[in-house]
Amino acid sequence: MNQQVWDILVDSFMKILIPGFTMTIPLTVISFALALIIAVITAMIQYADIPVLKQIARFYIWIIRGTPVLVQLYVVFFGLPSIGIMIDAFPSAVMVFALNEGAYCAETMRSALESVPAGQMEAGLCSGLSWFQTMWHIILPQAFRTAFPPLSNSLIGLVKETSLASNITVTEMFMVTQRIAGRTYKAFWLYLEVALIYLIFSTVLTWLQRRGEDRLNSYGVRR
Amino acid sequence: MAMLEIRGIRKKFDTLDVLNGVDLSVERGDVVAILGPSGSGKTTLLRCINYLETADEGEMIFDNESYDLANASAQKMMELRKKTGFVFQNYNLFFNKTALQNVTIGLTVGRKIPKEEAEETGRKMLEKVGMGDRCDYYPSQLSGGQQQRVAIARALASNPEIIYFDEPTSALDPELIGEVLAVMRQLAKEGRTMIVVTHEMSFARDVSNKVIFMENGVIVEQGSSAEFFEHPKKERTREFLRMEDNRTGE
Ligand SMILES: Nc1ncnc2c1ncn2[C@@H]1O[C@H](COP(=O)(O)OP(=O)(O)OP(=O)(O)O)[C@@H](O)[C@H]1O
Ligand SMILES: [Mg+2]
Repeated sequence: MNQQVWDILVDSFMKILIPGFTMTIPLTVISFALALIIAVITAMIQYADIPVLKQIARFYIWIIRGTPVLVQLYVVFFGLPSIGIMIDAFPSAVMVFALNEGAYCAETMRSALESVPAGQMEAGLCSGLSWFQTMWHIILPQAFRTAFPPLSNSLIGLVKETSLASNITVTEMFMVTQRIAGRTYKAFWLYLEVALIYLIFSTVLTWLQRRGEDRLNSYGVRR
Repeated sequence: MAMLEIRGIRKKFDTLDVLNGVDLSVERGDVVAILGPSGSGKTTLLRCINYLETADEGEMIFDNESYDLANASAQKMMELRKKTGFVFQNYNLFFNKTALQNVTIGLTVGRKIPKEEAEETGRKMLEKVGMGDRCDYYPSQLSGGQQQRVAIARALASNPEIIYFDEPTSALDPELIGEVLAVMRQLAKEGRTMIVVTHEMSFARDVSNKVIFMENGVIVEQGSSAEFFEHPKKERTREFLRMEDNRTGE
């Protein structure tokens, strides 16, 4: 590595990091928040064994898990306009990542819900709580604790997965790196640089995950 | 008029007949002990009359209100459960709640009672079962006997018309049984109406005023506690009592 390469890397560092904060992180956070809502609702429908809705939930999970994210991105961004539905790049990406993570997290949440002993629901009902009140105050918090590590892994996976949004013109970190690489011909070093930035993001999240787990474990551990 | 009147409960699990027409009548202030060998349907009976299980047939009159045990709306089930308490064999305390929260959540969330008022009641109930100094402990930090006492406080909190106990001491180590029985004895003394499924013969003999002996999903014999233990009518009852005497004698 010579002085010229070093200058390019220093110069491009902020240029890549800024879309990290303005695109990659918002895309991840918004998509994941929506995914969690989808996951909880989908998991609850299955846990409660509601006819019809349960079949719809299974169908949704089957479709999403059986097809590549990249293809889903293309269907929404390049495919839908041909049948008259235009969605901008960023909301398209949010939609696809939310639906995608939602399906995987729904499975995580469902098995976490099922791991809560049936006696917890019965005790809730016998204490004068409704099914939904027991779900909200007793079952979901316990399930969430069980699901926290796998959900954190999903979040870390999503940060990296957002790089696929560059394929549908979202100017996130990877897209910006590609442009700089095309201009400067220093592809090797620049892709290493963006990889390093993803690594930093993931490391911070892993650290936060560990802190979160410690907090959850610091009280009321189940015997 | 009896406070609780159960008529003709039948319940099948697949092809297994578990309850074959049980009738039962409970007066206000009664402490009814239900005895019977394992698998006779005692737990199923308690679960059916609180809608944790749906019976195939059966009717119940409780507090001048009629309930179809084979078919009821969620509304109706809630309404019934708000007037009853249930103590489980394995406590079933909410793992994510402290002892105090376990006791108050049915009041604050279930019955919309203001938090301060609910906490006052909650502390009083925990005090009553001798757990006043453990309000902020989580279930995992309590012994089995302590957990069961919190569970009793939880069942008491809403001042229910009746409390059902399903073998409240059989998951406990022998040295912890006494503290739970003492609490239940106190409740009986205060005139609480209770139905208690139990293997504790001393409790049935000394605390309850009515005893019911079940086998194969029917009531074999019932009577006042004195009558039941002193002059059992059926040979099957005598045999059961002899066996229990031997078991506890060892
Ligand atoms: N959910 C269920 N599904 C199938 N069979 C069940 C179910 N619950 C109970 N049973 C069966 O019904 C019968 C009566 O069970 P129940 O638990 O009411 O007995 P019990 O009198 O409470 O016994 P124990 O003294 O052992 O607690 C048993 O044969 C049991 O295996
Ligand atoms: Mg039982």
